[in-house]
Amino acid sequence: MSNAKSATDATFSADVLNSEKPVIVDFWAEWCGPCRKLGPILDEISVEYADKVDVVKVDVDANPAISAKYGITSIPAVYLFQGGEVRGTVVGARPKQYFEKEFAEFLK
Amino acid sequence: MSTQATPASDVRDVIIIGSGPAGYTAAIYSARADLKPLMIAGSVTAGGELMNTTDVENFPGFPEGIMGPDLMENLGQQAERFGTEIMYDDVTSVELEGAVKTVTLADGQEFKARTVIISTGSAYRELGVEGEKRLVGHGVSSCATCDGFFFKGHDIAVIGGGDSAMEEAIFLTKFAESVTVVHRRDTLRASKIMADRALNHPKIKFIWDSEVETVEGDAKVSGIRLNNLVTGEKSELAVTGVFVAIGNDPRVDLVKGVLELTAAGTIAVEGRTSRTTLPGVFAAGDVVDPTYRQAITAAGSGCVAALDVEHFLADQNS
Repeated sequence: MSNAKSATDATFSADVLNSEKPVIVDFWAEWCGPCRKLGPILDEISVEYADKVDVVKVDVDANPAISAKYGITSIPAVYLFQGGEVRGTVVGARPKQYFEKEFAEFLK
Repeated sequence: MSTQATPASDVRDVIIIGSGPAGYTAAIYSARADLKPLMIAGSVTAGGELMNTTDVENFPGFPEGIMGPDLMENLGQQAERFGTEIMYDDVTSVELEGAVKTVTLADGQEFKARTVIISTGSAYRELGVEGEKRLVGHGVSSCATCDGFFFKGHDIAVIGGGDSAMEEAIFLTKFAESVTVVHRRDTLRASKIMADRALNHPKIKFIWDSEVETVEGDAKVSGIRLNNLVTGEKSELAVTGVFVAIGNDPRVDLVKGVLELTAAGTIAVEGRTSRTTLPGVFAAGDVVDPTYRQAITAAGSGCVAALDVEHFLADQNS
């Protein structure tokens, strides 16, 4: 189960920057082992906190412009956006509890 | 995402903590011995270190090599085929004294068993220099397969002289303009085949006898400052990426102060067995091995742990 959707270079503004809710963005790629571990964890968060945040996935391979704009050089990278601004970042695959703590103020 | 395990109140035969080659092999053997193992695989560390590698060419039985993640997937399937229950959760604490051991997960669930196999592996070692932590994700990386893509046409450095460092350096030549290996000594610790490949690679340069003093850069890495350990000479190397592969430290946080450790920081085991200083507690894989640390030696040691568990339980029941 997942409420996460995929964003592209073209839809990033609409899906993330102009979102009413805070948005957790997962920068990932198919060839990144730890990204595959993190995917299901963010899927869980997208369901459990559906009324608080949106979860959006960006495939860095297919969407180089957005990845470059935010200076992504290490994935998985998870950015929390609110009102179009980056409000939090987590680099590397982490357990669910880590995100719940790191992004606590946006999940309440 | 956890599978539903048997009720927590049951006392199991064996719980395996960790899911690298040692943990999975212990699971395969103990499942085939009908011990119905419960494996706590880790939420993001499941599959262990090999999940971050590409081609594994030295695991016996795969003449053409096998991708690290595929090998781990196979081991997991083999363990499940014989009835291993796998939970993709993290262990936060253990109580290992007494006849019944308790393992507690991050969500508070508790599981009990007569024996526990610790196969928590090792964690990547940091340089511990200024700038390193601050620039993780902004040019500092420990995973070439994850991050190499972002360094197309860049000049980058790999720190270390072992097989992992050579593998990273060679992998990164696919993307980078140049790769400079910085090593503390004047010879490589890597196996001959890996060392030769790196030494003969046109894109790979070497800086010997040198250690990193600082990682430089404001918002992202702009270079590293080096100290030559022989001459004392300082130098700067302009790079945008720093890949750290200087080794690993055994992951013993769960058992520190409970099990005896060796001078190398690994869990102490008795002779060639997997027996730790507490009865019913066994350890296998990189967490007991300061020397060899190969997928196949870890797998072998996982087998030893499963057989030791089997004998221990048989002795208790007789």
